[in-house]
Amino acid sequence: MASTKASKEQKYDRQLRLWGDHGQETLENAHVCLINATATGTEILKNLVLPGIGAFTIVDGHTVTGEDAGNNFFLSKDSIGKNRAQAATEHLQELNSDVSGNFVEEGPDKLLDNDSEFFHRFTIVIGVQLPESTCLRLGSVLWSASVPFLVCKTYGLIGYMRLVVQEHTVIESHPDNALEDLRLDQPYAEFQNHIKSYDLDSMEKKDHSHTPWIIIVAKYLEKWLSEHNGQPPKNYKEKEAFRQLIREGIRKNENGVPEDEENFEEAIKNVNTALNPTKIPSAVEDLFNSEQCKNITAQSPCFWVMLRAVKEFVHNEGNGSLPVRGTIPDMIADSQKFINLQNVYREKAMQDAAAVSKHVESLLQSVGKPAESIPEKDIKLFCKNASFLRVVRCRSLAEEYSVDTVNKDEITSCMDSPDSEMVFYLMLRAVDRFYQQHSRYPGVYNYQVEEDISKLKACVNSLLQEYSLNVNIKDDYIHEFCRYGAAEPHTVSAFLGGSAAQEAIKIISHQFVPFNNTFIYNAMSQTSATLRLLELNGNLPFADLFSSPNLPM
Amino acid sequence: MADAEEPMAVDSGHRDGGCDWDGRWNHVKKFLERPGPFTHPDFEPSTEALSGFRLIHVVDMDTIDPSNLNRQFLFRPNDVGRPKADVAADFINSRVPGCKVVPHFKKIQDCDESFYRQFHIIVCGLDSIIARRWMNGMLISLLSYEDGVLDPSSIIPLIDGGTEGFKGNARVILPGMTACIDCTLELYPPQINFPMCTIASMPRLPEHCIEYARILQWPKEKPFGETSLDGDNPEHIQWVFERSKERAAEFNITGVTYRLTQGVVKRIIPAVASTNAVIAAACATEVFKIATSAYIPLNNYMVFNDVDGLYTYTFEAERKENCSACSQVPQDLQFPPSAKLQEVLEYLTENASLQMKSPAITTTLEGKNKTLYLQSVKSIEERTRPNLCKTLKELGLSDGQELAVADITTPQTVLFKLNFTA
Repeated sequence: MASTKASKEQKYDRQLRLWGDHGQETLENAHVCLINATATGTEILKNLVLPGIGAFTIVDGHTVTGEDAGNNFFLSKDSIGKNRAQAATEHLQELNSDVSGNFVEEGPDKLLDNDSEFFHRFTIVIGVQLPESTCLRLGSVLWSASVPFLVCKTYGLIGYMRLVVQEHTVIESHPDNALEDLRLDQPYAEFQNHIKSYDLDSMEKKDHSHTPWIIIVAKYLEKWLSEHNGQPPKNYKEKEAFRQLIREGIRKNENGVPEDEENFEEAIKNVNTALNPTKIPSAVEDLFNSEQCKNITAQSPCFWVMLRAVKEFVHNEGNGSLPVRGTIPDMIADSQKFINLQNVYREKAMQDAAAVSKHVESLLQSVGKPAESIPEKDIKLFCKNASFLRVVRCRSLAEEYSVDTVNKDEITSCMDSPDSEMVFYLMLRAVDRFYQQHSRYPGVYNYQVEEDISKLKACVNSLLQEYSLNVNIKDDYIHEFCRYGAAEPHTVSAFLGGSAAQEAIKIISHQFVPFNNTFIYNAMSQTSATLRLLELNGNLPFADLFSSPNLPM
Repeated sequence: MADAEEPMAVDSGHRDGGCDWDGRWNHVKKFLERPGPFTHPDFEPSTEALSGFRLIHVVDMDTIDPSNLNRQFLFRPNDVGRPKADVAADFINSRVPGCKVVPHFKKIQDCDESFYRQFHIIVCGLDSIIARRWMNGMLISLLSYEDGVLDPSSIIPLIDGGTEGFKGNARVILPGMTACIDCTLELYPPQINFPMCTIASMPRLPEHCIEYARILQWPKEKPFGETSLDGDNPEHIQWVFERSKERAAEFNITGVTYRLTQGVVKRIIPAVASTNAVIAAACATEVFKIATSAYIPLNNYMVFNDVDGLYTYTFEAERKENCSACSQVPQDLQFPPSAKLQEVLEYLTENASLQMKSPAITTTLEGKNKTLYLQSVKSIEERTRPNLCKTLKELGLSDGQELAVADITTPQTVLFKLNFTA
């Protein structure tokens, strides 16, 4: 029974407040593929079905075992003996009747043998508990087809995710704590006129106390510039003096005691950020300089056409600056003064967006596409987010695994701390190697644990040797990975389930920034790290390990 | 996160053959049967017959709302209106053979000491700081000390999880031993409301217009008689929405929408399935560790944020030496004798480490119990209100006097010692 529009708004209310109706639409148009309905797989899918993706397809050739039914909330005792894709689909489907659930009772290798383009139809493919060879094969197919691929694995108390996407653009990254775009250092004409319309000295007390702090800073900045050769306050001392200058502007009563003017206090408090020079973020400059921006063709995605248009704007109407964002923070002021000031910014933003639109139009024309192919509202949204644009590029799995392009330096420098999460990455690669050699994972049965330790150690050493990695892996980790016996405990699966699902939502919606490109979760210490095994640019590669401070284990 | 608190008990021996099947515990038993280099020092591997967590009690005062369905996976559209505790229990009992979930459709405050004492572990997914502090206080009140030494068997571990949008945290509290909720109260700064003068005469944002309709117009116009504003009633929200739009039009403010109106009136916090799954999983992992001693538990606070990539930060929150909840040290109140009782009241509510909601202050004067001020009972509030304007000296209080303060943030009264300053 499909939901009505109203009931969907009710149901999805709490998430619509995060990604909006347009974000929700991208989810409802998405078709997600899950390979392997293990506990990890079904937990991921649960967190995609609940928010209402359009459709999912589970690809899984396995039959449900007693072990499967033991750790998977979406399989029951009755599922044992059935195909795992089918059994899981039934339980997942009933989470949300708006979602269309499908299954294929076949493994990915066989599917690819029969239909190399089978996976092309999906918005994203999520592969769970895949052996290395299957993973690499899928990786290559999906890379060529430009289908995002998210690899996930739960191994004992370790969770692992790897995002494989060639180029993922994000317009709405929704940064926490974004700097405001106030242009106090280079006020545009309309802003200047607006500032001129205020005469602080001759104002009535009531107006004086309810003048927005932006105006106050602007006025006193004018004064300062005229007294300092056009140089704004630069160091701490000068900023202090500037704050003092503003403070002196506070009206005093008959006894010479300064009145309570909160708007002036706000101005003083905001001096630091207000004086931030208007600058194009380096991340955006890098995008301007990228190939995709320089070479606009008929195949260029809208993102690059709009980016190029903004670049043109910057070099023309913008006088070196991005389009004005158009928003100001709330501040103490009477309604009229605030709204008027807000409108000055809004109108300028509209003007700038219109200018960018013209550039978009001529770019589209130059490649033979109609102006309507990029709607006005998309251009407005793009301009509003111009400072926050992000592009995520992940290297292919082939590159990560190849002896020629493996990022040795990154790995080696992380392993300077032998308990860094990088050790788990290497152990996961080692157990994959073990699987290749022995057709099983280490330590699955109790009697195997002891003897497998030395076998696993041999795999570790051959891995390190093959990649010429001069690192040391403590025996404790090798023992621990035998101890795990390739177990997939439910709570670790569920942690990955939430993590992976949200990354998939980011890929589908193009909102918020996905991780890049390897995530490791350690349930023993409840810590995690994002490893960015970067490409070599011909320059020195830089190590990029964002990890959480580890507690000694 | 279910707005529930789930006390759990671990059944460590008995195998109920009827509900198990071959291989059922394969993914878990390796952690219990095998020694390893990272296990807890107290861990002893055992091949004893294994079962999962069998006996679980769930306490939740809420019923199911359609807006829960985007993330609360135990509930279906047919369940709307039913108590969450009941539906959750039914679902799990039928999906997980051998598991017995006992529901309690009530507030956590409606259960007493004898109820909470029965549990090995308590897990919270509450939706307010007040409730967390209450639970925290309850477990602290169950601690027993002999000659000033804490009896470890009286400690009931508390695992607490919370989320907001794409952010969340999970923490492990060993009452009496590690940092409690109140030790780290400053991590939760008080909610800031818009100033009344902005709402009443100087609106600038659509939110100000909505608060105007909610706080000023509704009580004045009483559009639905004596009924108070119910954020869950679409008619009420519609009324606020329309008044807000009118107000906004008056001041040329744009941006009032139905969704914004509802969000402001109900103080809605956005929520998604994924963040809740992550935090719930982290909490469940800790329950497993504590119940099995298989690994050292989280020590003691993890923060999670996946707005930009995925970020976690794990640290040890420290106990506060003079914590008002767990330090057993009587709290210090420093005031001159000329200070008015009102000032003391304000301190109790505004101080970042106390953040009481509506404290009731009593003391003993001339051997008799005297209520200095109490807000929650109208007749007593009226009777004691004049005391607020009196000075501490006028009220007959002396240096070193003990004041007992009761508040919804704690199940036990907090003792304060009055220290007169010059």
